[in-house]
Amino acid sequence: MQPILQIQGVSKRYEAHQALDKVSFDVPKGSIFGLLGPNGAGKTSLIRIITQITAPDEGRVLFEGQPLQPHHIKEIGYLPEERGLYKKMKVGEQLVYLARLRGMDKADATQRIKTWAERLDLKAWLNKNVEDLSKGMQQKVQFIATVLHEPKLLILDEPFSGFDPVNANIIRDEILKLREQGCTVIFSTHRMESVEQMCDYIAMINRSRKVMEGSLKEVKARYRSHTYHVEGTGRLLVMSPDFKVLAQAQHGSQFEAEIQLEPQVGPNQLLRYLTDRVEVHNFREKVPSINDIFIQTVTQEAHG
Amino acid sequence: MDKIWLVFQREYLVRVRKKSFIVMTILGPLLMALVMVVPIWLATMSDDTKVVQVLDESGYLKGKLASTHELKFVNVPGPIELAKQIYLNSEDAALLHIPEIALEKPQGIQLYSQKSTSLSMKTALERQIRQELEEVKFANSGINQEVLDKIRTPVNIRTVNLSAEGEKSSDVGVNTGVGFMGAFLVYLFIFIYGAQIMRGVIEEKTSRILEVMVSSVKPFQLMAGKILGIAAVGLTQFLLWIILTSAISTGVASRFDMDRFSDQQIGQTMQGLETDSDVQQAQEIHELFSATQNLNFPLLIGSFLFYFLGGYLLYGALFGAVGAAVDSETDSQQFMLPITVPLILSFIVAQTIIVKNPNGPVAFWMSMVPFTSPVVMMLRMPFGVPTWELLLSMFLLIAGFIGTIWVAARIYRVGILMYGKKVNYRELSKWLFYKG
Repeated sequence: MQPILQIQGVSKRYEAHQALDKVSFDVPKGSIFGLLGPNGAGKTSLIRIITQITAPDEGRVLFEGQPLQPHHIKEIGYLPEERGLYKKMKVGEQLVYLARLRGMDKADATQRIKTWAERLDLKAWLNKNVEDLSKGMQQKVQFIATVLHEPKLLILDEPFSGFDPVNANIIRDEILKLREQGCTVIFSTHRMESVEQMCDYIAMINRSRKVMEGSLKEVKARYRSHTYHVEGTGRLLVMSPDFKVLAQAQHGSQFEAEIQLEPQVGPNQLLRYLTDRVEVHNFREKVPSINDIFIQTVTQEAHG
Repeated sequence: MDKIWLVFQREYLVRVRKKSFIVMTILGPLLMALVMVVPIWLATMSDDTKVVQVLDESGYLKGKLASTHELKFVNVPGPIELAKQIYLNSEDAALLHIPEIALEKPQGIQLYSQKSTSLSMKTALERQIRQELEEVKFANSGINQEVLDKIRTPVNIRTVNLSAEGEKSSDVGVNTGVGFMGAFLVYLFIFIYGAQIMRGVIEEKTSRILEVMVSSVKPFQLMAGKILGIAAVGLTQFLLWIILTSAISTGVASRFDMDRFSDQQIGQTMQGLETDSDVQQAQEIHELFSATQNLNFPLLIGSFLFYFLGGYLLYGALFGAVGAAVDSETDSQQFMLPITVPLILSFIVAQTIIVKNPNGPVAFWMSMVPFTSPVVMMLRMPFGVPTWELLLSMFLLIAGFIGTIWVAARIYRVGILMYGKKVNYRELSKWLFYKG
């Protein structure tokens, strides 16, 4: 299937600062795509190019195989990190205004606003001024404004920052629902736990370059260290060139250990070796979290 | 284009629906009417008649000082010490002491008062005494009142503008007044509505709505919609003011029966008047009236609208750019100054040099430079401006605002997405040449 978005060799320079350096990756249709990177890595610059706020100096962006064009604005919903609303405007009017700017007609917009307001429990507030709303409710309004025109591609920059856990859950469920309906979501964040929960694919940008890309599983597999966590009863004494003990602890008759396999060795060999000597209660592979991978990549780059 | 229209609608409706707009629209003409009417009203209802005690030891003025509406004269007996005592115990306004004086060199006349006297009272007394003494002198030299009246010649120059189309009464006072009014309104409107643009942009910046907006609207469309929307608010207010003011002034005119002084009826009106001074006053009012009527109002209002809009677009774009460059209104001062200086300068110069010589070189050049022309040209308009000058000035103003809008759009485009960065002029000049 054709990717919904293809970034091809995009570079952007501001004065002395290189914001993006030949970044390329594809965003598969119907996925939740995590765009990761530390602050100042170039995420926002890239998003501003995708949303056509700025243009790239080099390279191009394809939307469904077509070079980006002004009419694509209708197909994209964007929730920026720096987001707000007109404080002195009524919630309903404001949503209609933002929807019309994205090319919807008034009647359509009003109808969909009603549906969304009911879904997110905002119906009583449509006639209130934005400044009378709590921050959480304002964020719901912003979310509605982003998805109202039923975009094919949704770009959310730090969507959960500032949400309380309850509202964050509501929004997460809505995002998952939208994905089921065929919407593609790009998540820009440096909060890794939400990436782990939601993303199918990720790309990481560090210091204006893409440093990693792939499906979540692939990336994790790539960063496997063949390390296993073992717990059990007995006294473990590993004396084999095939295994390397990274850490070990003894609590009375209980032990806990982290053991790394040498490249040619499989986990079953370790298990067999263990069951001959101790009673194993718990045996699992230590998979690196996205957080670990993120920190590892960023610090490596910084030193190398 | 339809996006500019959407932005325009929002900017317009949000402002027109505000309570402050409605209040100002109604109060504006009332305040202006008050400013004009109150001083007149105060003058007519001036304080009660003041009593002046007169001790005349010279004998020239006995019974000759005529009491008027403002001043009433009462003779008191001397000597002066006694008169002072009596005066101190009275509540009268003043005591006028005229000692024995030589007609040739009247000296030693004194006015005693418990509170300090007003200048108008002093001049009124000086005038009366001078007149009386002169009359005595005339009589002494054998000139009687009849001869004197024949000699006295009232002179009043009627100014007429002569052009190929014919003659028109004009009045320097009326022209200055109308020109000043137009210039002041242009100045005021540019300032009020220009500052509104700036505040609007800063508000959008602080409420962090801009990035949402520019992902669906081009920054230029956003700026254009805002500037035009606010201009429409200004024009709406101006239009409502004109309607309300003309309603009020029609009311005032009929209340005071101003038609008496029109060209058609002035002859009839004057016949009905008895005293010379009334006739003269009626003549003066008639001249003001016809000079006002002879002003080319369609041209004045037309050029007012043009210069208001042109000046507003020129300055408004810059105000918008300032709003985009800063994070809060307090930071805007350093950029506001260079924008406001030419505007204020043109208004100050207008009051002095241009009023003295509305067709001189200073006036000419300032009405050509786009930054000063809106105010200065409005002041010159009632005095008659050659058509080529007017057209050139209008052309330059249009070129001027296209230029400032170009500059402003480039600053705006970069500025609205910059947060928390202190900006200086060097930085701004770089923004002009950023690529898309």
